Amino acid sequence: MQKKMAYSFPDEVLEHVFSFIKSHKDRNAVSLVCKSWYEIESWCRRKIFVGNCYAVSPRMVIKRFPEVRSVEVKGKPHFADFNLVPDGWGGNILPWIKEMAGAYPWLEEIRLKRMVVTDESLELIAKSFKNFKVLVLSSCEGFSTDGLAAIAASCKNLKELDLRESEVDDLSGHWLIHFPETYTSLVSLNISCLGSDEVSFSALERLVGRCPNLRTLRLNRAVPLDKIASILHRAPQLVEFGTGAYAAELRPDVFSNLAGAFSNCKELRSLSGFWDVVPAYLPAIYSVCSRLTTLNLSYATIQSRDLIKLVSHCPSLQRLLVLDYIEDSGLEALASSCKDLQELRVFPSDPFGVEPNVSLTEQGLVAVSLGCPKLQSVLYFCRRMSNVALVTIAQNRPNLTHFRLCIIEPKTADYLTLESLDVGFGAIVEHCKDLRRLSLSGLLTDRVFEYIGTYAKKLEMLSVAFAGDSDLGLHHVLSGCESLRKLEIRDCPFGDKALLANAGKLETMRSLWMSSCSVSFGACKLLGQKMPRLNVEVIDERAPPDSRPERCPVEKLYIYRSVAGPRFDMPPFVWMKDEDSALGLS
Amino acid sequence: MEVGLKMGMKGGGLNHVGGCEKAKMGFAETELRLGLPGGGGSGEGEVVRKRGFSETVDLKLNLSSKESSGMDANDEKVKVLHKEKNLLPCATDPAKPPAKAQVVGWPPVRSFRKNVLATQKGSSEESSEKAAFVKVSMDGAPYLRKVDLRMYNSYQDLSDALAKMFGSFTIGNCGSQGMKDFMNESKLMDLLNDSDYVPTYEDKDGDWMLVGDVPWEMFVESCKRLRIMKGTEAIGLAPRAMEKCKNRS
Repeated sequence: MQKKMAYSFPDEVLEHVFSFIKSHKDRNAVSLVCKSWYEIESWCRRKIFVGNCYAVSPRMVIKRFPEVRSVEVKGKPHFADFNLVPDGWGGNILPWIKEMAGAYPWLEEIRLKRMVVTDESLELIAKSFKNFKVLVLSSCEGFSTDGLAAIAASCKNLKELDLRESEVDDLSGHWLIHFPETYTSLVSLNISCLGSDEVSFSALERLVGRCPNLRTLRLNRAVPLDKIASILHRAPQLVEFGTGAYAAELRPDVFSNLAGAFSNCKELRSLSGFWDVVPAYLPAIYSVCSRLTTLNLSYATIQSRDLIKLVSHCPSLQRLLVLDYIEDSGLEALASSCKDLQELRVFPSDPFGVEPNVSLTEQGLVAVSLGCPKLQSVLYFCRRMSNVALVTIAQNRPNLTHFRLCIIEPKTADYLTLESLDVGFGAIVEHCKDLRRLSLSGLLTDRVFEYIGTYAKKLEMLSVAFAGDSDLGLHHVLSGCESLRKLEIRDCPFGDKALLANAGKLETMRSLWMSSCSVSFGACKLLGQKMPRLNVEVIDERAPPDSRPERCPVEKLYIYRSVAGPRFDMPPFVWMKDEDSALGLS
Repeated sequence: MEVGLKMGMKGGGLNHVGGCEKAKMGFAETELRLGLPGGGGSGEGEVVRKRGFSETVDLKLNLSSKESSGMDANDEKVKVLHKEKNLLPCATDPAKPPAKAQVVGWPPVRSFRKNVLATQKGSSEESSEKAAFVKVSMDGAPYLRKVDLRMYNSYQDLSDALAKMFGSFTIGNCGSQGMKDFMNESKLMDLLNDSDYVPTYEDKDGDWMLVGDVPWEMFVESCKRLRIMKGTEAIGLAPRAMEKCKNRS
């Protein structure tokens, strides 16, 4: 029996070394080296990331990691953003909060995405964690301003309150008043998603004025333009600022106050908001434009010429979010002014219109791909595309890591050749070897999936809609994409064969979503039976799937790996295999 | 596994069960409903009348389970009315040009963004762009649902959709209903005493009203949230509903 090696490091030394290892992947790897490293790593891990709230139970997390200070949890699948996941499906954070309230009294940070958060949860957070510092609720719902009031009143050390894109029941703007006058530690406040009820403005001003470390402030639409100057004067140290409605009657005194206030903000690097823009007020921000790295104009309904003027003042821009009002001409201007651009998102101003309302085509994207050598991440809505454009983009920008293209009309062919866009997307995956995220659109056959399976070896997330011809398409992806973690598919003719043949692959992924496809209930049952570590959820609001023959396709299917087993909070329209069927008893 | 097999569904990606975007149109005959008055649902597209309210719509939710069982056998063949499939606007309404039938969740633009864009463009735009999401709660149900009122063209459509959503929670026997007259208090009281569940809504003024007392379009504009109440509780609303009706006329 070998004695413990004399030169083994004492636990404290290992712990110290591990404290430099921050990434979750690396910490997971460390924990697999040997049993003692597993144990040491477990009790010194401070940050936990749970990509799927149903993949593991809070008790299991707490048992393994007893000293956690920061938790990040994600709930609903991505397609929930587009109303494909019915309300009531799940993703409630309360069970987690209850467990953590007891186990992690020193918890400091909670970051949630696409979860249902009730006022009860917020009140429990406020009550349970004495040193609570960071609350980020991204695309969450289920809470009201009452819950926010509880947080404001109790969390004396709160640094960050970020409600990005959450749906909040705006009962009263007065919740802000609950921050005590003695509270001064605010660093980041994002309330841009709050409704049209005005937040108590004087409370906001006083809050901003007494928090010297405030660096991020994103206001909601209801805060009028003429109040911005007053806010900025109290917080000239801001790094990130989001306006409210950027509109007012044109008055020289208001303009000059505003311009003066902005010019005082030497640290400002990111601007957002800009609802209801009156273009004449845009020059008020020119003094900060040269330092701006992020500009979110995705709600700004301003025309191309005003956008061109604006971006030509922003040579340091790295991230631009904008509506398609920018048009091809605006993107060409962007390509020549903003050589540091890394991320571009172009949203549709008229997504349901039949005819194009703006002159934005594939040409704009081609121009940016040519002019911006650092471009890595693209989200682009347009109405036409061609293979030659996609090939050009791919060849220009092999450094792309995120490429999400949405051609608005499903199954739109290459407008020049009337062929499918297989070749174009094929070029993207072939040239962009570090591509991690891809969203497809347009007319696509099984062939595009063959290209993806062959080339997209680093691809982690793939979104597919109205594409493919047969199970072969799905099979190519599941068998070829080695790094695939999330796959979401809607309205594609993929059925049972590819799914069942690649059942093992599903355990290596976080999740698979398929809706309006051709997967039968029988296949779902079989998959559930054969793969005990997969939760196979059949979501069907029409009627129970077992009220129909097994070969009938299910409406929606959500499969995810889990070590927690079936969940207990399924609504009536979600079916999962029960334990009995796994034993062949039913 | 035979990877070479083709499914032969070229271009057939859109919807195995409900390929017809106009699902609603042909489906009406097969849909089993209770208690539809003869003129039910016809009022909404018409000119807003001064308050006579002699025509009313029966809104009793068809929550009885026996109606739905008849559908199951036909499910494969029947074009299922998916509550989320949008419908072409009423063809008889000349004011609205025919909109494209919308597919749920496409293009992939978040509701938040859709709503913001719609309000920015002003009210003259096609209503198909401006979603009117309202929360729907039902007494006793464990969670809220949300519906987009613009997906429906009439009270009957809404009633059917709600019945589908909440049908699993209750077996209410609604009986067959005659015309509802909101001006007639005793009739209204009878109605509320009879029923198990009644749909109510909160309007822009913050008042809770009984669903069905205004023309459909007006309802869509003013409804902020829906609550399916027990009939006996809703009785409390009746006097206010009377008042409001009388004040409007």
